[in-house]
Amino acid sequence: MDQIPDPSAYEHEHPIEDKSGLRTQELLVNMGPQHPSTHGVLRLLLHLDGEVVLDAVPHIGYLHRGMEKLAERRSYVQIVPLTDRNDYLAAMCNNQVYCQAVEKLAGIEVPERAHFIRVVVNELNRIASHLVWLGTFALDLGAMSVFLYAFREREIILSLFEEICGARMTYSYIRIGGVPWDMPDGWADRVRDFCRYLLPRLDENDALLTGNEIFLARTRGVGILPPDVAVDYGASGPVLRGSGIPFDVRKADPYAVYDRLEFDIPYQTTCDCLGRYLVRIEEMRQSVRIIQQALDMMPDGPIMAKMPRVLRPPAGEVYTRIESPRGVLGVYLVSDGGTNPLRMKWRAPSFCNLQALPVMVRGWKVADLVAILGSIDIVLGDVDR
Amino acid sequence: MINEELESAIRQNFPDAVEGSADCRGRLLLTVRADQIVPICRFAKEKLGFDFPDCITGVDTGQHLEVVYTLWSMDRRVELNLKVVVPYDNPVLDSVTCVWQGANWHEREVYDLFGIEFRNHPDLRRILLPEDFEGFPFRKDYTEID
Repeated sequence: MDQIPDPSAYEHEHPIEDKSGLRTQELLVNMGPQHPSTHGVLRLLLHLDGEVVLDAVPHIGYLHRGMEKLAERRSYVQIVPLTDRNDYLAAMCNNQVYCQAVEKLAGIEVPERAHFIRVVVNELNRIASHLVWLGTFALDLGAMSVFLYAFREREIILSLFEEICGARMTYSYIRIGGVPWDMPDGWADRVRDFCRYLLPRLDENDALLTGNEIFLARTRGVGILPPDVAVDYGASGPVLRGSGIPFDVRKADPYAVYDRLEFDIPYQTTCDCLGRYLVRIEEMRQSVRIIQQALDMMPDGPIMAKMPRVLRPPAGEVYTRIESPRGVLGVYLVSDGGTNPLRMKWRAPSFCNLQALPVMVRGWKVADLVAILGSIDIVLGDVDR
Repeated sequence: MINEELESAIRQNFPDAVEGSADCRGRLLLTVRADQIVPICRFAKEKLGFDFPDCITGVDTGQHLEVVYTLWSMDRRVELNLKVVVPYDNPVLDSVTCVWQGANWHEREVYDLFGIEFRNHPDLRRILLPEDFEGFPFRKDYTEID
């Protein structure tokens, strides 16, 4: 990797003078890639004036696996398991967006029942992902118990996923043309039970944090991201909605059967860490609402479209997007008419959201940086691909 | 409907710049001249409302390189795709970071993987690969070294 600049040389070039004319020096501190609060292998080069962050330069790529290049050597069907490993906390959403792109490209009509099952697993995955975020965000700010509670709740979702597809993290459950297996007997009832179980627990966890003065002091008004800047940086998901812009792909550019379901888009106009926190908490409640409706409306019928033995989408290109737990997840797929794609581009929400980090952290203390980074909710597998 | 409106607006203001248009599965895809990309993007942002830089990516088709800009308008809820063809022998293009801040990392990624240089980019360094990496791995003629 690149060399860390020699701090003494740097400070010589960038002296800071305070009001009294005394010369102080800017300090360069390296944070990560092995640091517990970077949630993976992110490296930040911090420019500090004492404890105040003047600038933060993210260095990424430590988890780059060249997934897009790997896809060019695989058939369309073989790519599905690759997508699981991008945003490993929301593998269902990754499967969804990839399959959606191929279906659009090849003109495959997905059966209605498959669409509804997809919506259920997508929203369950959104809750699971937000629960991991809730736990780790609270942990970053020193609230240990919420972490344990959040993971207890998430465990139930993972068990439900294990029941429907056999895997707990890398599902590959959504396939091109539909889903490979129907819901097991009694699975829908167990999902309903979980929804009933989750709502009061969510209120409890929320009360543990929003009823805690330290938590509020650490998040309220911290890490401001103005709405126009958020849009200009291409930030999306809870980061954008926490900045007061109620943009959600499920409403703005509906996919699957989201246009037939009723739900609200939570947003906050405070533009701070607390706003982003509140958006995600409310999103989990909305996801429960979506799951309950989708289970009620679940039609009978096939779960898989009639698929050709070898999939060769006609030459052309397509860009499709979904709302992943982290924001706009897009896939740009180019076919030359062969059995494997000419190019697959993964528009990762974490990548774009992380880009706005320096704007949010300037002027805050190092400890606040931990809170701000936690509030963006990045997954490094998604950033680096 | 909206697609025709967008296309005619761009064609009217940049009569010689549009080289082709296609229906990209319901969305408008305009191929535009490389030297006009910054004024067209500025026009799209300021006059047509495409305020959200959704995705910027490179493609190596085997014949030439391409850069594809996917733009989204928050107010109108429409998408616009712009494509620019970049030759292998002179892969240089103007940066659109002056239009959207968010183009910064996307362009760095295209530079990193495809070797397309962006003029007037504030910080054109490799982003995903190590800085001492040789070659541009997403090009079709790239051969892996063990």
